[in-house]
Order: sequence, then structure tokens, then C-alpha cells
Amino acid sequence: MTRPSLNSETSADGVYLRVSGDLLTQTLSSVEQSFAAYKPDDSNLIIDLSGIQALDTSGAWVVADLAHRAKLAGAEVRFQGALPAYSDLIETVTRNIPEDPESEDTSRSFADWIESLGKRTAGGWKDTLSMLEFLGMTLHRLMRTLMMPRRLRGAALVSQMEETGFRAIPIVALMGFLIGVVLAFQGATQLKQFGAEIFVVELISISVLRELGILLTAIIVAGRSGSAFTASIGSMKVQEEIDAMRTLGLDPIEVLVIPRVMALLVMLPILGFIANMAALIGGGLMSWIDLGVSPGMFATRLKENTGIWQFAIGMIKAPFFALVIGVIACWQALQVKGSAQSVGQRTTASVVQSIFMVIALDALFSIFFSVMGV
Amino acid sequence: MDGTLPQHSQKADTQREAVIRVRNLTNQFGPQIVHQNLDLDVWRGEVLGIVGGSGTGKSVLLRTIVGLNKPAAGSIEVLGVDVVNGPEQERRQIEQRWGVAFQDGALFSSLTVLQNIMAPLREHTGLSESLMCALGNLKISLVGLPQFSCGKFPSELSGGMRKRAALARALALDPEIVFLDEPTAGLDPIGAAAYDDLIGELQHALGLTVFMVTHDLDSLYAICDRIAVLAEKRVLVEGPIEEMTKVDHPWVQEYFTGPRARAAQEKGLGR
Ligand SMILES: Nc1ncnc2c1ncn2[C@@H]1O[C@H](COP(=O)(O)OP(=O)(O)O)[C@@H](O)[C@H]1O
Ligand SMILES: [Mg+2]
Repeated sequence: MTRPSLNSETSADGVYLRVSGDLLTQTLSSVEQSFAAYKPDDSNLIIDLSGIQALDTSGAWVVADLAHRAKLAGAEVRFQGALPAYSDLIETVTRNIPEDPESEDTSRSFADWIESLGKRTAGGWKDTLSMLEFLGMTLHRLMRTLMMPRRLRGAALVSQMEETGFRAIPIVALMGFLIGVVLAFQGATQLKQFGAEIFVVELISISVLRELGILLTAIIVAGRSGSAFTASIGSMKVQEEIDAMRTLGLDPIEVLVIPRVMALLVMLPILGFIANMAALIGGGLMSWIDLGVSPGMFATRLKENTGIWQFAIGMIKAPFFALVIGVIACWQALQVKGSAQSVGQRTTASVVQSIFMVIALDALFSIFFSVMGV
Repeated sequence: MDGTLPQHSQKADTQREAVIRVRNLTNQFGPQIVHQNLDLDVWRGEVLGIVGGSGTGKSVLLRTIVGLNKPAAGSIEVLGVDVVNGPEQERRQIEQRWGVAFQDGALFSSLTVLQNIMAPLREHTGLSESLMCALGNLKISLVGLPQFSCGKFPSELSGGMRKRAALARALALDPEIVFLDEPTAGLDPIGAAAYDDLIGELQHALGLTVFMVTHDLDSLYAICDRIAVLAEKRVLVEGPIEEMTKVDHPWVQEYFTGPRARAAQEKGLGR
């Protein structure tokens, strides 16, 4: 390849510009500056193209742009020595020079930042309302489905239950077991100091059954299934599948959201129960090994000192957590706009929001139950 | 060139330099054989139209030539480089010398139209930001998109506009070969005719070689120098469109002598 070059000579009848070499996209960077720096005035301009060995649209553009600027400055421009194919190309490009080219505006001022802050705040409020509306619609469809079980998409429900519930059993059980082990171990170290080792049973059973078992299960499910819901429904949104459903008279909430939310409503309590049991087993095992509390003693003490209420309070929360996770995940999915990037953003938002809401809701329940005195 | 291909009588005819040379290509998905012993040559500077019924493997052929689909057997040489088994380095370099406009655009959804077109320029040239921007704008204008579409995201464009934007991106690096997959499907007839003119003009001005999958009979008559018919897992016939009507094959007969073909022919000859 020959490097392109630009030479100018000034004579009595005007400026004589000589362009030569390969004027191609790949080679243009070396002469780009000299073309841009050339400031035409109103003296006549002759552009000699006879030295050009190769030309493409980018090369033609720099030549055409230069001629264009010269004409704007009041000069008369003449091309000379170009091969017919090249002058055709330059002419085509000249015809297509945009009037006011769009530039990529990346600069951001302080005012822009304030504006976007305001927009986000207002948007946050709108989102809250929209999510509540979606919650209402979901509950309505859920009721309707329960009244008319014919409308239930059985196959979808079963496959969602398998995906969100059955496949999560190993991880949830392992997590529960480890929580039990850790609580027993840490509790034992502290309680030994007072010679109150036997209270490790209450420590484990109350904290796990009442709070940790369900809460941690909900967090795992939010990360596992919430993200899957958002990503899968969000991709369908990108592909216009949701729009297609609407035009076919299928209700996306009934077809996509209800089976998922229902699967969570059924499976989250079951998973929570499994986590609870695994935690008790882990805790019991650790107490036995570390403190010598025999399984029999553990069970007796569990039965006597931990009321069924502790267990019930934990389990009551499970369906609420399920609803929060399902609704947030599906709502986020339906907010996806055209791009793949948007699916990613919404999936992240879905997981963060649902985990946060689960914890916030758990706090509210705590306050409520302690006010009620249970 | 250390190509491992058998050296066919290259440039037997100095007028016709094969920029794409496909030999004994076989493509298979599971038990389904899409192509079997397919041979095809594309000559420099021509517009080749590929036609064939739906599902005959036109898109698969295109994808195989540009290296997106690994063939079960056969060899493909593009601009003298073996794109199937050639060295990685050479294949990378050759990618800058062709442009592909996919059937449904395949624009990057998180970038605006202008950014889409600037993406290859950013990657492969050392041009300044302002020049890349200007070239992006030029390409947009060349393919007949209105200026306001520059800042739009692909999801905010109509299907026809997306096709044009895809062509603009394919042309970003001023390639020697462009591959177009059904470029005028879904365009209004006036838009399609303008697209044909554009391809013809670019082909003329830039000496482009165009590999175009199309069902648009108007395009076939207006700008295609040669046509290759894909049927029975191979290129059944190839040649100028006038010869197609003489081919004794039911599908080809029906395709090129049907009422739509006759209308297109009259229009094409009138141009
Ligand atoms: N990735 C793939 N996996 C399996 N089969 C495929 C794949 N891509 C294409 N096919 C099959 O190959 C055949 C040809 O497809 P295609 O080239 O897209 O057809 P067309 O000629 O309409 O463009 C079709 O039968 C299609 O089902
Ligand atoms: Mg196709």
C-alpha cells in the first residue's frame, strides 16, 4: 500500500492541491489531520486526483468534504485527472454529505446530572406505583385462576415447580445444614463460658425456625429463580413475544407470571421447611459432637421449650416472601426495553430489589409479632 | 500463499478472478443434510443473486462462507484465503475485507445506529472520533436512512430501516465483498428499488462484489449479473437471468416464468 499524501501549491490563478497514494479507510489516519487542517479561502482551488491509486468512500469523503468547505468559503473548485470511477464515487459521496451531521454527545454538565437525578426520583415513584398495580393484577389473576382451575396452565406450573423448587433442594438443604452447624459451634463457644451449654438448643431452634431458615431460603430463591424469571421473560419481551401473545388474545400475566408465582408460593414454604430441618440436624449433630448434647436430649428440649409458634411464625412468612420475589422478578422483566443490555440491568435490579424487599418485609414481620407478643 | 487447497486453474480466464471459491461443500445438522458437494464461484466485481425455496440452505451457505458455520466437508477460499482451515491470523485479516448484512439486521441492540456503524471503524482504524462520526453519517446517508435515525436504537427503527442500518454497518470498512441476506425482503417497493439502485451504484463505484440472497425478482432482473439456484442440496444452475427461463427444472421454471417473474422482467428490461 502507498501512503496517501496531500500537497498544496499556491500560484497566480489559485491553489493547486495534489492528492496521491491509497486513500482508503485503512490508510486514512495518516493524512486525516492534513485534510482537516486545510483551511480553504476564496481563491480558486484545483484538486488534482491523478496520483490516487485506490479510493473508497472514506477517501472520497475527505476529498468531497474539502471541496465542500472550499465552496462554502466562496472558492471555485475543479477536479482534475481523476479516473471516471473515482469521480463517480466522489460525486456520489458529495450528494450524500449530510446537512447537519449528528455527533455523539458524550459530554455531561452539572445541570444534566441534576436533571437525571430528578428524573430518577420521579421515575422511582412511578415505578413503585406501577409495581403495586402489577401486584394487584397478579393477585386478581391468581384469585381467578384459583376459582377457575381450568385456566391454570398445568404443564407450565409443574415445570416451574421443578425448576424453582425441586432443583433447589440440594443447595437449600446444604445451606440449612451449614447454618445449623455454625450456630451450634459459635453458640457453644459463648455458652460454655456461663456453663449454659444446654441452651444451645433454644439458640438454634428459635433463631433458625423463627428467622434464618426461611429468610436465607428466600434469599437463595431470589438469586436463583428471581433472576431466571427476569432473564427469560425479559428476553421474550425483547423478541416481541409478549406483544405477539397479546395480539393472540393470550394474557401474559396468566400465561407467564401466574405459573411462576404459583410455583414459588408452593415451593418456597417446602424449601424453607427443608432448610429448617437440615439446620436442626446440623445444629443437633454439632451440639452432640462439641457439647455432648445427645440427640435424644436435643429433641426433648426442642419439644418442651420451643413452641410450635416459633415454627409457625417462620412458615407464615414464606408465602409472602414468595409473592414478593415472584412479583418483583416478573415486573422487572416486563420493564425490559428493546436491548440485550436492558435484560441484564433488569435482572440485576430484580435480584437486588427482591432480596432487599424480603429483608425489609422480614423486619416488619418481626416488629408485628413482637407487638402481638408472640 | 500457503493455502492447502488444490490449486485449481486459478485465473484461467484473466477477466474473471474468483473472489469466492466453494468446492465440494457439505453441510449437515444432525441427520439433515443441507448441502452436498456444493460448488460455487463468485467472480470479482459481480452481483451474484442466490435464490432457492425456503429452507434450502441459502442462509447456511452464506454463514458457512463467512466462517460462522463449520462445514462437515469441503473447502472454501475467499480472496485467496482458506476460510475453513486456514491460519487464524489470515482469517482475522480477511474479515475486515468483507461486510455482512444479516437477514434480520443483527445490529447491536445497546448501541445507537451511528455507534453501530462506528463500532468496526473504532476497532480497525486509527481515525479520529470526528472523522469516524462523519463517515458514520455518510454511510447512513448513503444507504438512504434519514439523519434523525443516527441517534436511535435498533429497537426504535422499523424493519426496513434496520435492514438499511445493517447494510451501512456492513459497508463501514469499505469492504471488497458484501454478503446480503434477503436485503429487500420487507421493504416497500419504492424503498426496495432505491436499495437496488444503491447496491448497483456502490458496486459500480467501489468495484464491490456482492453476494446476495434474495427472492426479490425485481432485484434479480435489475442488478444481478448472475444467478445461482440452490436446489437439491447443491447449486442446481448458475448463469445470467436470461438463461434461467431455459432451464428444464420444475422449480426453476415456475420461479422464472411465473406471472410475477414476467412482470419483473418487463420492468427490469424497461430500466
Ligand atoms: N443452527 C442450525 N441447527 C440446525 N438446523 C439448522 C440450523 N441452521 C439452519 N438449519 C436448517 O438448515 C436448513 C436451511 O436453513 P436456511 O439456510 O436458514 O434456509 P433459507 O434457505 O431459507 O435461508 C433449514 O432446514 C434449517 O432448519
Ligand atoms: Mg434465510
